[in-house]
Amino acid sequence: MKKILSKPESLKDAVLSYCSGCGHGIIHRLAAECIDELVVREKTIAVAPVGCAVFAYDYFNFDVTEAPHGRPPAVATGIKRTNPDKFVFTYQGDGDIAAIGMAETIHAANRGENITILFVNNANYGMTGGQMAPTTLIGQVTETTPFGRNPEREGYPIKLCELLSTLEGTTYLERVAIYNPQNIIKAKKAIKKAFQCQIDGKGFSLVEVISNCPVDWGMTPLDSIKWVEETFIKSFPLRTVKDKINSDI
Amino acid sequence: MTKKLVKGNIALCEGAITAGLKSYFGYPITPQNEIPSYFSRKMVELGRVFIQAESEIAAASMVLGAAATGTRAMTSSSSPGISLKQETISYMAGMQVPALIVNVQRGGPGLGNISSSQSDYFQAVKGGGHGDYKIIVIAPNSAQEMYETAYDAFDLAEKYRTPVMILADGIIGQMMEPIEFNRPEKKEFKEKEWILNGCKGREPRSIKSLLMKDGVLEKHNVKLQEKYKLISENEVKYELYMIEDAEIIITAYGISSRIVKSAVKLARKNGIKAGLLRPKTLWPFPSKIISSFAKPNIKFLSVELSYGQMVEDVKLAVNGKSNVEFLGKAGGGLVTEQEIIKKIQSKVYSIFL
Ligand SMILES: Cc1ncc(C[n+]2csc(CCOP(=O)(O)OP(=O)(O)O)c2C)c(N)n1
Ligand code: SF4
Repeated sequence: MKKILSKPESLKDAVLSYCSGCGHGIIHRLAAECIDELVVREKTIAVAPVGCAVFAYDYFNFDVTEAPHGRPPAVATGIKRTNPDKFVFTYQGDGDIAAIGMAETIHAANRGENITILFVNNANYGMTGGQMAPTTLIGQVTETTPFGRNPEREGYPIKLCELLSTLEGTTYLERVAIYNPQNIIKAKKAIKKAFQCQIDGKGFSLVEVISNCPVDWGMTPLDSIKWVEETFIKSFPLRTVKDKINSDI
Repeated sequence: MTKKLVKGNIALCEGAITAGLKSYFGYPITPQNEIPSYFSRKMVELGRVFIQAESEIAAASMVLGAAATGTRAMTSSSSPGISLKQETISYMAGMQVPALIVNVQRGGPGLGNISSSQSDYFQAVKGGGHGDYKIIVIAPNSAQEMYETAYDAFDLAEKYRTPVMILADGIIGQMMEPIEFNRPEKKEFKEKEWILNGCKGREPRSIKSLLMKDGVLEKHNVKLQEKYKLISENEVKYELYMIEDAEIIITAYGISSRIVKSAVKLARKNGIKAGLLRPKTLWPFPSKIISSFAKPNIKFLSVELSYGQMVEDVKLAVNGKSNVEFLGKAGGGLVTEQEIIKKIQSKVYSIFL
């Protein structure tokens, strides 16, 4: 019998700690498949975040380091600058990347670090129990916005890709989602393109993956998928926000 | 070997470069600005890495990343900047990542001022960040020692897989002194078995401090404590000056120890049997040697540019066997030789004259 699908080599045979219906598992798999296909597993050094994906080093089958909350882009900078021949990516949630780590994110992007960031946007802080994130939608109820996010009180959702697109140092920024198979395929394409961007030495790339957190949203997995499609991506439109990969040629 | 007149901060840079420093990450703050400035030119000329980071936090995290790959990395700052780096220092201690952090201390608390101080002693030797950890803290007292300690710091850090701090102060950093660049350049480094450099031909590795499974973090902490014990047994360094027959032993480090040395000479001229015990490592602290000198007829005096920090460790080492006095000031003022003599005569020496 012909084997048509198997676990990517870049994923360990571990039981993931994510809740049922959580998007992190799918995004891990996409990253792992891309690394396998690009044959960079043996020269990969990844940076795990503080957030639900903190255990990424137990799931990915390559070298991974921990970083303090929000600092992965700085840690990745240190790794890549001293080891330009290695493949370096960070895996971060919205709280990690756009709240405590906003300065590290903007400045790594602005320096045009030749690294890739996988940014998992689930519109809340998953690990600490579903508090407001910089990406929480207007009106969205979270642990710390019990009356719904009110811009007068809590400000507006930050669109990180759009924010970073104004920086000369960024090369490729794309927002994708994983709520259905078509979008999962598109998400994988974007991740692979971002990784290739780094392999070709073309500079800073970031893929924002709109993901779901059914548990902290207080929804069933199915309802959470519906919410992504009907509400979430209306505020965070799926699109290539910036692509300088070929335009400079 | 010919001597060159250089600032302490520059001597330190040269020591680190000769030791094979591959990357420096920093953020400006006085009185250590010569360090990033010097590296910004020198490291680039040498084909090594220099980054002016967006903050001290980022600089320290860059060090963490670079050092996790087994390369020699460092950052430097001064007091308020070191407070920001404490997050990463705690992580590096937990993750067992060796690196060099330099603190050229200034006056505090808060923004304080830019003159010399020794008020970050507690922060440096008692952990500083969260969790139960220690880092090796070395206190040079001359430009020559800035060079030599920076040269030795990386070997020490790698030997124990721990961050090492050089705790200098504004004067040691800014003072120009003739120094000998007397160390050979280090070029060959053995590959360590814990580093992250891609899993080619081996199992993947991870470096982390989050240990959630039952009892694992406790085990890790026990291991760290055993390491700290080993460091305490093997790495204590100190200088003794005119101490054999001393009736008053003055403890001081860094710039204070230079002033105390002059005061000891002056005291001896006046018939006062004073001596200097200078900790070169502040952690591990030279408790054993201090304890060995502690007797009822010997007095101790701790002289610091603080309002009493190292004196607590002196008292712990003395453990009630001798009187321990303190003389210090902070916020920019220096302790003078005359003040030391006065203190000896009034407070200490007269007690047993
Ligand atoms: C310095 C620091 N502050 C706060 C925390 C607590 N904390 C852990 S995870 C987290 C939020 C993570 O949210 P996000 O980055 O969105 O990732 P998710 O869990 O949603 O995947 C916070 C605030 C911490 N570990 N360290
Ligand atoms: S809390 Fe949310 S983001 Fe975290 S694992 Fe559960 S579903 Fe996923």
